Amino acid sequence: MNFLLTVLGLLVTGGFWQVAIQETALLLLPALGGVISERSGVVNIAMEGMMLAGAFAAVVCDLAWHNPWLAALAAILAGGFMALIHAVISIRFRADQIISGIAINIFAAGMTVFLLDKIYGVEGIGHVPPNFLLPTLNIPGLNQIPLLGQALFQQNIVVYIAIIVLILTNVVLFRTRLGLRLRAVGEHPQAADTAGINVYALRYGAVITSGLLSGLAGAFLSIGIVNTFVPNMTGGRGYIALAAMIFGKWTPLGATLACLIFGVGTAIYDSNSTLHFSPYLLNMLPYVLTIAVLAGLVGKSVPPAADGIPYEPGSH
Amino acid sequence: MSTETHETSQRISGEPIPFAVEMRHITKTWPGIVADDDVSLQVRKGEILALVGENGAGKSTLMNILYGLLRPDSGEIFINGKHVQLHGPRDAIALGIGMVHQHFMLIPVLSVSENIVLGLEPVRPGDLYDDAAAAKAIRELSERYGLNIDPHARTGDLPVGLQQRVEILKVLYRGADILILDEPTAVLTPQETNDLFKVLRGLLQQGKTIIFITHKLREVLEISDSITVLRRGRVVGHLITKDTNEEEIARSMVGREVVLRVEKKPATPGPVALGVDDLTVKSERGLPAVRNLSFELHAGEILGIAGVEGNGQSELVEAVAGMRPAASGHIYLNGRDITALGARNVRDAGIAHIPEDRRSSGLILNYSIKDNTIFGRQRSGGFSWRSIVLRLAAILEWARRIISDFDVRPPQPDVPVRTLSGGNQQKVIIGRELLSQPTVLLASQPTRGVDIGAIEFIHSQLVAHRDAGAAILLVSAELEEIRSLSDRIAVMYEGRIVSFEPANAPEERLGLLMAGGGRQQEHLSA
Repeated sequence: MNFLLTVLGLLVTGGFWQVAIQETALLLLPALGGVISERSGVVNIAMEGMMLAGAFAAVVCDLAWHNPWLAALAAILAGGFMALIHAVISIRFRADQIISGIAINIFAAGMTVFLLDKIYGVEGIGHVPPNFLLPTLNIPGLNQIPLLGQALFQQNIVVYIAIIVLILTNVVLFRTRLGLRLRAVGEHPQAADTAGINVYALRYGAVITSGLLSGLAGAFLSIGIVNTFVPNMTGGRGYIALAAMIFGKWTPLGATLACLIFGVGTAIYDSNSTLHFSPYLLNMLPYVLTIAVLAGLVGKSVPPAADGIPYEPGSH
Repeated sequence: MSTETHETSQRISGEPIPFAVEMRHITKTWPGIVADDDVSLQVRKGEILALVGENGAGKSTLMNILYGLLRPDSGEIFINGKHVQLHGPRDAIALGIGMVHQHFMLIPVLSVSENIVLGLEPVRPGDLYDDAAAAKAIRELSERYGLNIDPHARTGDLPVGLQQRVEILKVLYRGADILILDEPTAVLTPQETNDLFKVLRGLLQQGKTIIFITHKLREVLEISDSITVLRRGRVVGHLITKDTNEEEIARSMVGREVVLRVEKKPATPGPVALGVDDLTVKSERGLPAVRNLSFELHAGEILGIAGVEGNGQSELVEAVAGMRPAASGHIYLNGRDITALGARNVRDAGIAHIPEDRRSSGLILNYSIKDNTIFGRQRSGGFSWRSIVLRLAAILEWARRIISDFDVRPPQPDVPVRTLSGGNQQKVIIGRELLSQPTVLLASQPTRGVDIGAIEFIHSQLVAHRDAGAAILLVSAELEEIRSLSDRIAVMYEGRIVSFEPANAPEERLGLLMAGGGRQQEHLSA
């Protein structure tokens, strides 16, 4: 009873929602990346590694250049580069996309620690000064709305970007020619090819886009929410984003809902230690829900028909 | 795409109109195989050319080259007299070539209109897909060519005949004047085939040119103007349809005289080999598919099960093979009750099974011919030591025997069966099942998707094993096959055998029984 009251109390607190939305946005960027990649038919479980590479690149560049915008750009490119590797392996060389994804995650974890030691040695990487972090944007007026103001209009700039990306992804995927072709390629690449659509170009574009978004999420984490890089700092968020994508049935809005659920869970844990809410239990939640979805307990979730199947022209 | 004007030989010889399609000296090789060897063909504008040949003769490869999906090693293509280079389907589409593939190139989750316009979508500013414009364009096309379709239906929900209509509209939407149809009737019912032919005749009247790939001789004679016959990658004949007949085409395709009728002596039935008594079997959805069915099958006899597909034939065969449990009733093999033995023991007891779908339940496509020839018998002493270690030499010898006895091509035990043509895949299964000397053979659609040379061979093998004393239960959707092979015919309708007929029962009577006619008793009890 006490527990419920505490949770209810939290749900009407502006600060609580601020944290929840922030965490949601952090998960949403890679989750949308996953939706885009898998809708094109390339399984992407490498968001974790792409985020981590982005987080690392952001801190290194921000410390060197004292410019969060360039640092964020570097992070985006770092994520995009990791995605390019995944794209070449799975599209050009038609390798198993799960294995490629695992390899990239392990590679990113090892490479960032290696470079951390190589560049900064025993002194450590240090902290980014507050004025060189990605800024929080207060929307004047709107931020005074009770509850909503703090939750939605006093947020880091990346949160607003995430919302724009969400809207764009949804429109592009389901309302545009590009989206129709992307979905066609993910469902039946032979059909798309015979209709004169360039399967490879769309798949490369989609996979790299997933890397760009994951890289941005990495920058948001390391020079937005906190101010330094620590090894493996993404802490499984890329996998949670993956779970959100599946839970959301490969749709942008579904993935958003899933990210929001996971974001609220994290915020509950973050905001009040008196709740004795085990963080381990909380970390399990996304995966438990994912298994529930995959087992068909929450309605049928069908991935794109050609998801994970490399395309070879002339094959049926 | 580069095009250059080229005077074709027809112009030089003074004929005013160039061919709509002319392919000259096309050669295409795959590693180890020549798919097309110096193939040339011509099609006049407004004509239907039937491109015929057995499976693996190079028909589809040739058409995929014409559609730009494959690049030839050498050879030239002329469209309306112009020499063209095709670097992909986009080039072919731009030249007015459209292709309806044997396996539909449709995306089930998309709407009819999305499928049709894909690749050439109408858009509003901002790359926004214009669904209303797409639907309008499709309605106009539908009216012009008499192909009714709901643009907003989900494509995957449509019956096969309508899906094919979507494919044809897709080609017409791209402004195709030259239509390639790759075995369009393989998946159609006779009624749907008639509808398709009506559509094709309409298209010809509108000035379209059609290339029609098939190996069904009756259709060739019915629809085409001229015929090009391919055999093992080479052109072996150009025929004019009105001057030829089924026998000549078949001879040309196979390279020798083909016996279109099955030669067999009267059966000499022995004792009852298989007894089915009051059997009821439930379908996937839990509804009774086979209802209180009884029959006896004698050694040395072929009993044909005729019926429209989906009347319980599949479930009956699966139940006898031990793959599907019987809800009630009994199955006896030489008097022994085998109802609940399960597939493995049923097989060991002497029942062989040629399954109706070779790709899903007859073969493991990625495995070699050799490995596929022992499936179901891998535990037997001949092929393994205590069911643990395989006897590879014995397996290889067995595979070689099947390959030579059943003329499997290519004759290489180690190639994956996936790379074989449908007819050769079927020969692997039939060889495996027949050479095990079964007491009872269940043959489900034994010649589905198999070319005529192989059909003749499979039929003669079935008859030979009948003469050697095997009891054969033949299930086929082809009434022709049932009538020519069977010694007795049982007609199945809604899970029951509605009548036993002699082998020479007239086709009309069988058709009536298959459609549920002439069963007064059933009406009373229903």
